[in-house]
Amino acid sequence: MWADEAYRRLLGALALLVPVVAALVLYETARGAGPSLRVFGWGFLVSTDWDPVAERFGALPYLYGTLVSSAIAMALAVPFGIGSAVFLAELAPPRLGAVVSFVIDLLASIPSIVYGIWGLFVLAPWLRSAAEPWLTAHVGFLPLFQGFPFGIGMLNAGIVLAIMVVPTVVSISREILLATPRSLREAALALGSTRAEAIAVAVDAARPGILGAAILALGRALGETMAVTMVIGNTNRISASLLAPGATMASVIANEFAEATGKLYLSALVEIALVLFALTVVVNALARLLVVATTGGRRDVAGAA
Amino acid sequence: MTRAFDLFYGAHQALRSVTLEVPSNSVTAIIGPSGCGKSTLLRSFNRMNDLIPGVRTAGQVVVSGRDVYAPGTDVVELRRRVGMVFQRPNPFPKSIFENAAFGLRLLGIRDRGELEARVEQSLRRAALWDEVRDRLGRSALQLSGGQQQRLCIARCLAVEPEVVLMDEPAAALDPTATARIEELVLDLKKRYTIVIVTHNMQQAARISDRTAFMLMGALVEIGDTRRLFTSPREKLTEDYITGRFG
Ligand SMILES: Nc1ncnc2c1ncn2[C@@H]1O[C@H](COP(=O)(O)OP(=O)(O)OP(=O)(O)O)[C@@H](O)[C@H]1O
Ligand SMILES: [Mg+2]
Repeated sequence: MWADEAYRRLLGALALLVPVVAALVLYETARGAGPSLRVFGWGFLVSTDWDPVAERFGALPYLYGTLVSSAIAMALAVPFGIGSAVFLAELAPPRLGAVVSFVIDLLASIPSIVYGIWGLFVLAPWLRSAAEPWLTAHVGFLPLFQGFPFGIGMLNAGIVLAIMVVPTVVSISREILLATPRSLREAALALGSTRAEAIAVAVDAARPGILGAAILALGRALGETMAVTMVIGNTNRISASLLAPGATMASVIANEFAEATGKLYLSALVEIALVLFALTVVVNALARLLVVATTGGRRDVAGAA
Repeated sequence: MTRAFDLFYGAHQALRSVTLEVPSNSVTAIIGPSGCGKSTLLRSFNRMNDLIPGVRTAGQVVVSGRDVYAPGTDVVELRRRVGMVFQRPNPFPKSIFENAAFGLRLLGIRDRGELEARVEQSLRRAALWDEVRDRLGRSALQLSGGQQQRLCIARCLAVEPEVVLMDEPAAALDPTATARIEELVLDLKKRYTIVIVTHNMQQAARISDRTAFMLMGALVEIGDTRRLFTSPREKLTEDYITGRFG
């Protein structure tokens, strides 16, 4: 009896520890951001000034950079990831599917600096000499693809991010697809569906979970730091062109934290961290809500991991 | 409809030279102990067994004069002529309307008016229309099990199949829902040829015109339902229907 009670309390205390630590982190971040919050208020989010000498700080270029690089990553990773998940779950021989999925899961464990080096030494030269000139020549009428082909910049960061998050999309979507009941496919086939039409039914049934996978991937892309810092070019300008360099919230913190001497400078960087924190919390909460709202009470449809 | 039909799952022979005839516009029941091959036989009529790796067949299954295992058979087209209702209701996670319209959309019907008319007609034939007419846009998963099963029947009827295969369609349902499905089957035979697998001998006796008794992959006896239950020709059939094994 006594031992049971002690054990229960111990576990309870341990379980409480996690939210307490999270709350402390949030509290410290908010406290650190205090001076900047008081000086700049909401203007911090819409100002493009970033002048450590004059001590004027605005986070818009970084907010913009985070959103745009993540958007590029999503635009590439989601269609490609869903496509390969469908292939692995539905079309590939089961053995091949299992092996390839294992390799894809391994990709998720490669340290991000390795992706950064690849982006810098492999992707950037290719973008500079081949892909970006081609884009300017053929779709250069769009502001998105104008300007000098630097090789590093928003596009490079987006592609590197896409490669980093695609395993998340593939492996979760594949598992969701494998968990959709056979009976749905059988029903579709028995009604005279072709194989492709039956697969479409399964993908449709798995949609809430696949959506969850995409948002989880987005959460990773928003916060990724090392690789992005290496390939994005690190300027605080907002440029319409994806070929131009930029910076993200995570990358500016990584770049400038060590040299941030002024109190307000440091506080502004901490406030950026706070904004990033809020953004990822919102994205993750949204993911959870979406998945629960669309699968809640439905036992026949697999939820997200 | 089948002639000396064999089916193997890998090395395991699940059907042994089954020969039986299914008259049109009638209900044929298949009974027999668990694992005797009833589902396998049923799934041979629309080649659903093709989906299982390692399945081999020999002999013929003839539907409307054509051997469905002949090379060059269009399986997709076959499955439109031979519909199937499964043991567990398996509606798609879509609206009631979209479930009933699924096969019609496969046929390329896009016209809203025609879709609505044919959805209504099939829901009426499945005796579900009155219960769902004012919530066609709601998710099919909110229906009760019995309603879901009738929706699955409607979904299958919508494409006007010639034959409807039913694999224990009431096994997952309560007695009231079961009674409704049985009534429905009796009504449907006016238009369709029905082959129904059941574990329940009373059910077979109530709704079928002819009954086939299977044992270990072989067809033991087939005949007029009343005759088969009252004066079986085979000793094995008699033992089974009197409950001496099973
Ligand atoms: N996918 C499969 N792979 C291998 N063997 C199978 C498969 N499906 C069925 N069998 C075997 O074929 C035989 C007949 O199975 P079937 O499902 O047709 O029986 P059934 O009469 O429908 O049984 P029940 O009344 O339990 O539904 C069984 O011995 C079963 O083990
Ligand atoms: Mg069966």
